[in-house]
Amino acid sequence: MSKGNSKLSLTLLAIGFVFLYAPILSLIIYSFNESRLVTVWAGFSLKWYGELFADSQIMSAAWVSIQIAFMTASLAVVLGTMAGLVMTRMRRFPGKTLFGGLITAPLVMPEVIIGLSILLLFVSLGDVIGIGSRRGMTTILIAHVTFCMAYVTVVVSSRLSEMDRSLEEAAMDLGANRVKVFFVITLPIIAPALISGWLLAFTLSLDDLVIASFVSGPSSTTLPMKVFSSVRLGVSPKINALATLMILVVSIGAVVAWWLMSRDEKRRQRDMQMALQKGD
Amino acid sequence: MNAVIGWLRQRLPGPRWLVIGVPFLWMLLFFAVPFAIALKISFSQALIAMPPYSPIVEWNDTALTLKLSFNNYLYLIRDNVYVSAYLSSLGIAVVSTAICLLIGYPMAYAIARMSPANRNICLMLVILPSWTSFLIRIYAWVGILKNNGLINNMLMGIGLIDEPLQILHTPLAVYVGIVYAYLPFMILPLYANLVKLDHRLLEAAYDLGAKPWQAFIKITLPLSRAGIIAGSMLVLIPVVGEFVIPEMLGGPDTLMIGKVLWGEFFNNRDWPVASAVAIVMLALLLIPIMIFHHHQSKELESKLS
Repeated sequence: MSKGNSKLSLTLLAIGFVFLYAPILSLIIYSFNESRLVTVWAGFSLKWYGELFADSQIMSAAWVSIQIAFMTASLAVVLGTMAGLVMTRMRRFPGKTLFGGLITAPLVMPEVIIGLSILLLFVSLGDVIGIGSRRGMTTILIAHVTFCMAYVTVVVSSRLSEMDRSLEEAAMDLGANRVKVFFVITLPIIAPALISGWLLAFTLSLDDLVIASFVSGPSSTTLPMKVFSSVRLGVSPKINALATLMILVVSIGAVVAWWLMSRDEKRRQRDMQMALQKGD
Repeated sequence: MNAVIGWLRQRLPGPRWLVIGVPFLWMLLFFAVPFAIALKISFSQALIAMPPYSPIVEWNDTALTLKLSFNNYLYLIRDNVYVSAYLSSLGIAVVSTAICLLIGYPMAYAIARMSPANRNICLMLVILPSWTSFLIRIYAWVGILKNNGLINNMLMGIGLIDEPLQILHTPLAVYVGIVYAYLPFMILPLYANLVKLDHRLLEAAYDLGAKPWQAFIKITLPLSRAGIIAGSMLVLIPVVGEFVIPEMLGGPDTLMIGKVLWGEFFNNRDWPVASAVAIVMLALLLIPIMIFHHHQSKELESKLS
């Protein structure tokens, strides 16, 4: 694509970014407002942060969510990497089309359908082996891994399909078997994709309201479920404070991930240039 | 001894089958089988029991009887609420996809024409909001759109209106929320497509006397078809079943099928009807999902070859 933008397209882009960021900004500003009302600015205050940390229900829901998100991300990265290898490195086998369909469908499937049907599975399994009656963190974990895995697979397959395969082939020619090639050659190269896949799965799991509402039991309330029930009662600056903290954490995480990836990209380009120069 | 190991090697699944088998079985069990169960339950009748539906296979003395009830589906057709909820969900999804495309295309186009360093920063700015909580970003709009919210305060402050406008709990608020939440999903595939565009084609068109808008219509737009399809499917399909946005920003008259399903399940506790609602929604979305899947696998194949 040719360089250079007209003033018009840059203006449109700027308006687009204002649209994307203005609501987030308003959330952050009003989290520091002394007054409960959005109508008036009553001065700077941190009292909503104090109330947030004093709210034991929100805090325990946050802890439940973080635990689930951590386990979901770790499991989804393992399964998603396997699925990515299947999509990019394996020759056709019976069922590969079905496999591809099962992997891409969760990306677009409405959450209410996923949530309802996986709950019905747990209830039916409950009749057979008796886990359905104890719904809670495990059932949320299974449901989250199922839809997060698809996102990890997309991230990992795109990295696997772009990477230079001559290194893998060279290692194979030198007698390494496929398992060894994967752990010694492929895994270090795709590591940045695994990190961003992990982070993506973590945030998706932390954010999910609909699926968790279907499959959770009475004992396990996740953070989005708690936020949803309090937001239904009206706007509360305590939720603004929570939102500001989440935005802060995510922004720091995103900047770090971006920095890691751009550093990796620069190093790779330098290595490639050096290799080319040697080749000459 | 070696013969035994060799025999075992041949019989036991190798690493290849393990890598295929584990994610495959996971997705079959937790993603495909649940749909079959939802289909089964959509043919049963609601009961006040746990689980709250009748079995469809029964043993009577010595005979196995299969009781399929089509009542739930008949109910969906007879009661106007469901048909109009499906139609209005599809309508809202189509209109908001079109708005996302209209806003997202110029943004993706501008980002694709930047220098690589600026490109990466802008891309991160597009992605960043979608990494912060969806629920909280929708909640932000409640504070902006409500009667004593930011927009109404601003308009009244500059004296444009005397009475607050009712924006929250109207269809307008639902459109704003959907476009806001799904815009990044439109921009990213469009960008990925536009950034690969060969600018020599455009130069050739200019050399041959094409005006910028002619070159855009004849070259850029057709070449970005794949990005348009991918982005549109990523918005359209999930929006049809959207629950959070119509629930928080829409009014009681905002009819969307995701909200109806939620109500059948959580408020009416009618699992068989909720299952039937889900199955019909899935059937409506099957063709868009297949288009999306076909497109995704074509994309991956073109990268691999």
